Amino acid sequence: MTSDPSASEPPALKAAAPLRPRLDVTDPIFRWVSFGAATLLLVVLAGIIGSLVVGGWPALSKFGIGFFIDSSWNPVTERYGAAGPIIGTVISSALALVFALPVAIGIAVYLTQFCPRALAQPLSTAVELLAGIPSIVYGMWGLFVFAPFFANHVQLPLMMAAKPGSLLDKLTAGVPNGANVFTASIILAIMILPYMAAVFRELFRSIPPQVREAAFGLGATPFEVVTSVIIPYVQKGMIGVIMLGLGRALGETMAVTFIIGNSHRFPKSLFDSSATLASTIANEFAEATTDMHTSALVALGLVLFLITFAVLAAARALLSSQRY
Amino acid sequence: MNRTFRRKAANIVFVSLCVLATLIALAALGLILWSLFRQGLGAMNLDIFTMDTPAPDSEGGLRNAIYGSILMCAVGMIIALVVGILAGTWLAEIGGDTPYGHAVRFLNDVLLSAPSILIGLFVYELLVKPFHGFSGWAGAISLSILATPIVTRTTEDILNLQPNALREAGMALGSSQFTMIRKIIWKAAGAGLLTGGLLGFARISGETAPLLFTALNNQFFEGNLAHPMSSLPVVMFNMALSPYSDWNRLAWAAALLVAVAVLIVNIVGRWLAREKQQH
Repeated sequence: MTSDPSASEPPALKAAAPLRPRLDVTDPIFRWVSFGAATLLLVVLAGIIGSLVVGGWPALSKFGIGFFIDSSWNPVTERYGAAGPIIGTVISSALALVFALPVAIGIAVYLTQFCPRALAQPLSTAVELLAGIPSIVYGMWGLFVFAPFFANHVQLPLMMAAKPGSLLDKLTAGVPNGANVFTASIILAIMILPYMAAVFRELFRSIPPQVREAAFGLGATPFEVVTSVIIPYVQKGMIGVIMLGLGRALGETMAVTFIIGNSHRFPKSLFDSSATLASTIANEFAEATTDMHTSALVALGLVLFLITFAVLAAARALLSSQRY
Repeated sequence: MNRTFRRKAANIVFVSLCVLATLIALAALGLILWSLFRQGLGAMNLDIFTMDTPAPDSEGGLRNAIYGSILMCAVGMIIALVVGILAGTWLAEIGGDTPYGHAVRFLNDVLLSAPSILIGLFVYELLVKPFHGFSGWAGAISLSILATPIVTRTTEDILNLQPNALREAGMALGSSQFTMIRKIIWKAAGAGLLTGGLLGFARISGETAPLLFTALNNQFFEGNLAHPMSSLPVVMFNMALSPYSDWNRLAWAAALLVAVAVLIVNIVGRWLAREKQQH
């Protein structure tokens, strides 16, 4: 033991640095860089809107309001009207929603209320895998497998059975090749189904278990619990999910391009060919030769953006008001 | 008694309808996978990986398209990961509660579900038209615009799951915020961030619409991103809609490749996320 006090002091203490050794510049840099990344997202969105407006302006200014109500689309005479694709988009998406909604609710109810616990996880994964299949694979399946099947086993028999002049005859008129609004809507419905089912499931799960248990305690059957307690509890959110599904269906491109038949007229029946905003762009953009044709296609993009933006914004607002 | 019977009957009908709905979805999945494997495996052989896309009625494979897809997805994903992780971290750790943060979050959600073909139009106006040429870069950037919102969203969600005690412990040791985020938060959230990246990758690897008029297509093998480049989805689009049956077969082979890749990435991503939750 030495008597020198300074020698007994551990060397580590001497070397101990002050808490903030130097001016730290990494923090401000990091804040600005990450702020820049967040802002880049806004710039991209603004860029999308800007490029659609600039690119579509020649067509919009030439045709004016007539662009939205004219149904002729003729690259030869340079006359473009968006009414056909707009109607086609609205009809195919609305039909897809009608097909997908009950099934999506059914899946979500089954998975959250009735499904045995061991089955719930694999089943949800399977439904989510359906969402993972790329759009173009749905398109090919629709074109090569579903459309021929539909034409031979549904469309032709229905057309045969329909009396001339009857309502069924009017609804089923068309070329029996399976490429029409109705088959496109069914494919669209299969595609939006998993998204809607997944969000419905989240919504139903967010309900406090006490609410369910209270209803069961009163002697309600599972059917009554779902229809009179669970669904009213998440009503607003469910409308949000419907809008979310609609937003997806409106913008879906490749699958629809394969099977809607791509004609710019108004569809005359359920089994008539049509076109959507997105499918028209996908089909014609790379081959558009004149500037006006390109501009008219970009203007279609602008219309599509405005419609989906409105629908998606409404969906987000409704869904976020549901989260408490 | 009658009333009880009616209620029970309604319940049974309802439960069976719910089961039916689930069976419909499973049947759709099964039918699609079945035709995919039947047609795709029939068209699969070694030439697919060693030869380039052919002219109609001649021998060929998908080598150039496979290479182009992997290259453009990888470049797109690198951009998306850098921007997305930074933006998500900003939302979760720094500015998420400001009005500007709320606006970024909302508009990121809009970008997340914006139709992918519009992103193709945007990149066409931004990169293709001014430079007078389709290019692999334009394709990679459109893919990155698709994946970035997904990465941003998952990054923010994952970081918000990390306990505040971790942040406080890091700061209490005297580290700067950047060091704390880098060495503690990002590390703790590693598996989650990877899942976000994988989900983004799964999403873009099957995307066709944004590549149609950005990367266009290329019949030959092309290693330079500055030139038009072929990709599996665009090749599928062209070949499936062509009247040549050997092209249709190649399209099925490409569909099988893309779908299997996407499904594997999806399953791995979900598995990773679940592993992390259990620990």
